[in-house]
Formats: sequence, C-alpha cells, structure tokens
Amino acid sequence: MKTMLVILLSAMLTDNFVLSKFMGICPFLGVSKKLDSAAGMGIAVTFVMICATLVTYPIHHGILVPNHLEYFDTVVFILIIALFVQLVENILKKCVPSLYSSLGVYLPLITTNCAVLGVTVLNIDNGYSFGQSIVNALGAGLGFMLALVIFSGVRKKLEYADIPETFKGVPATLIAASIVSVSFMGFSGLFN
Amino acid sequence: MAENKTPLTKEITKGIIKENPTLVMLLGMCPTLAVTTQAANGIGMGLATTFVLLGSNIVISALRKVIPDKVRIPAFIVVIASFVTLIGFLLEGFVPSLYDSLGIYLTLITVNCIIFGRAEMFASKNGVVASACDAIGMGIGFTLALFLMGSVREIIGAGQWLGFRIPVISEQPMLLFIMPAGGFFTLGVIIALVNKLSNKKPPQELGCSGCPNAEKCGKAGDCQ
Repeated sequence: MKTMLVILLSAMLTDNFVLSKFMGICPFLGVSKKLDSAAGMGIAVTFVMICATLVTYPIHHGILVPNHLEYFDTVVFILIIALFVQLVENILKKCVPSLYSSLGVYLPLITTNCAVLGVTVLNIDNGYSFGQSIVNALGAGLGFMLALVIFSGVRKKLEYADIPETFKGVPATLIAASIVSVSFMGFSGLFN
Repeated sequence: MAENKTPLTKEITKGIIKENPTLVMLLGMCPTLAVTTQAANGIGMGLATTFVLLGSNIVISALRKVIPDKVRIPAFIVVIASFVTLIGFLLEGFVPSLYDSLGIYLTLITVNCIIFGRAEMFASKNGVVASACDAIGMGIGFTLALFLMGSVREIIGAGQWLGFRIPVISEQPMLLFIMPAGGFFTLGVIIALVNKLSNKKPPQELGCSGCPNAEKCGKAGDCQ
C-alpha cells in the first residue's frame, strides 16, 4: 500500500510528467488557455493513460516477453495506443454520448501525445507490477491535469500583463512555465 | 522526379535557418527541453532524430504511391517506430553512454512531431531525393537548435562546455539552468531572440493551434 502511494504521489508531484520530464509539452502549452479545456484535456489524458497501460502491460508480459520480442515494444505500443484511442472514441460516441461531447474533442489530440507512450514504456522499464503500473498511469495523468489546470490560471493573469513586444506569445508562455516548474521543484526530495 | 521543382540545395538550407523546425516552426518541443542539459546530449539527440527522419522520409516517399490514403497514418507510424527501434539498437551497441543519457527520450523520437510532420507535409508528396535532402536540412536545423540550447544550459548551469571548464562561471554555476525550469527559460529567451533578429511577428500560439501540421495531422493526434 505504501509503495502504491509513493508511486502515485511521485508520478504526480516530484516527477511531474510535464514540468520535470517534459512529456506532453504541446498540449500543455496549446490547451492551457482556458480552465475548462485544460481540465477536459487532463481527464481525457488520464483516461487514455490508464486504458493504454491496461492493454500494453499484458501484451508486453503475455505475448512479447515469452516470444523474446521485447524490441518490438515501441512499434507495438504506439500502434496499440493509436488504435485504442480510435476505439475509445467510437465506443464513447455510440454508448456514452454525454461523456463523448465533453471529452471527444480531446481524444484524437492525444493519440501520439508523448506522455501516453512515455508512461507505458516507463512502466515496463521500471519493472512495475500490473497494479503499480496502473497506479503510475493514474498518477502521471493526474499530474498532467494538475500542471495544466495550474498553468491555465497563470496564463489568465499573463493575458493582462504588459509584455515586451519580442517576448509576446510563445516566449512569455515558456518563461511562465519555467516559473511554475520552479514551484514544482519544491516537491523534490519528498519521497526518498 | 517531375514534382521536384526547387533546387536540392534549397531543400537542404531551408530547414537550417528559414524554416528551422524547433526555433521557427516550434515543433518537437519535448526533446528540445528534455535532453539539452549538456551540449553533447543535444548533438546526440539531434543526430539520432536526423537518422530516423532521413530513413522515414526516404521510405515514405518511396512508398507514397503504394500506401492507400486512408491507412497512411498507421503506416507512417510503423515506419517511424521501426527506424526508432533500429537507432536504439545501434546506439546501445556502439555508443552506450549516449544511449543511457538519452534514456526514454530515444523511444519518444517516435512521437516527435517534426518527423511525422515532414512525412505528412513533404515526403508523402515529393520524390525520394528531394525528401532525403529535406530530411537532412531539417535534421541539421534541429541538431543545431539542440546544440545551441545545450551549450547555453551547460555553460551557465554547469560551468563547462563539451567537457572543458569555463574559468569564471565554473566557480559558481547557476544550477537552475540544468534543471527543468532552466530548460523552459532558455528556450523562451532563445525564441524571443530569434523573433527579434528575424523581425518576425512572434507566433502567438503553441501546440496544435499554432502548429503548421495541425490541420493535416489533426486526425492522427496532437503533433507531439
């Protein structure tokens, strides 16, 4: 139980996927303009991360390892994620239209989000058990959402700031991200 | 090579300055920020990406008439992922130190949007030779940008450059620059400088909304 909690919190805070591992920077900077879209994207990414882990982990340990095909991990995982996102999109559209209307727009955006591939590969690399992998995926997703939601608040303030012409747009956003990242450094050393 | 109208030298040079994938087109942000704590890592990552880009551009442009339009995205992904697996083996065998320091980011070249973007925007429409030149140019541009980022961060953050100690700075290096926060900061300042020097209106958006490939790859996913 304690290891589970440590994995969850360290994936969320100390090793935040966006702010200390630099995965999923594009959606982090692209979809963080408004609070509700940031939260929606965060939920969609968390959902896909957990589902992708649920599928890739058994495939790696059940099919690839017994046949000594571990080196196919990258090819197999990215295809599974791409197919899976498509599948989830279709299922949601047919069965849960209300959920689809709130998450649907974000789903195609995350097929090749590097945080999703990153979390599935890290689960294998770190030698996590099935349960630990799912907890890690949950933590990574929640951490992604936390970073997006916090940053959407920062960007709201940034809109009213008087920024020098050269720094307007992307440069100012990146420097704001750097300051948010500094604040996450406060969590480092929390679990050692 | 009927569709190849621009001279090949131009295909190479455009990627280095005018359409630099990282600093002008703002693609491939994740590796740019993640591996550039040292200038040498930047070069290694840049060259590994160039290799994958060259391979995938050549294969995709050679197969562009065979791959049906509807399944092109999974087909591109498979080609790219295969080359990533290949470079992983090569680095593990011949340059294990680089393999260790790039770590998971080597696998993540698969979802680097520069590669997918060039496959979709260039290789699927142009001949093999033009696509190879395009890949070399974009690869060099990416490598140079990563080298620049890595140099700034290594010099200020660690007081050394490619293994040489820098006299004054190494007494009291600003550690922040080799930490994640320093990555965001350095990239922000470098992009601002590029904007200033090129007198270009700074791009207002990042991510899919500002990404030149967004319209094309929107169905495949966020270009990252």
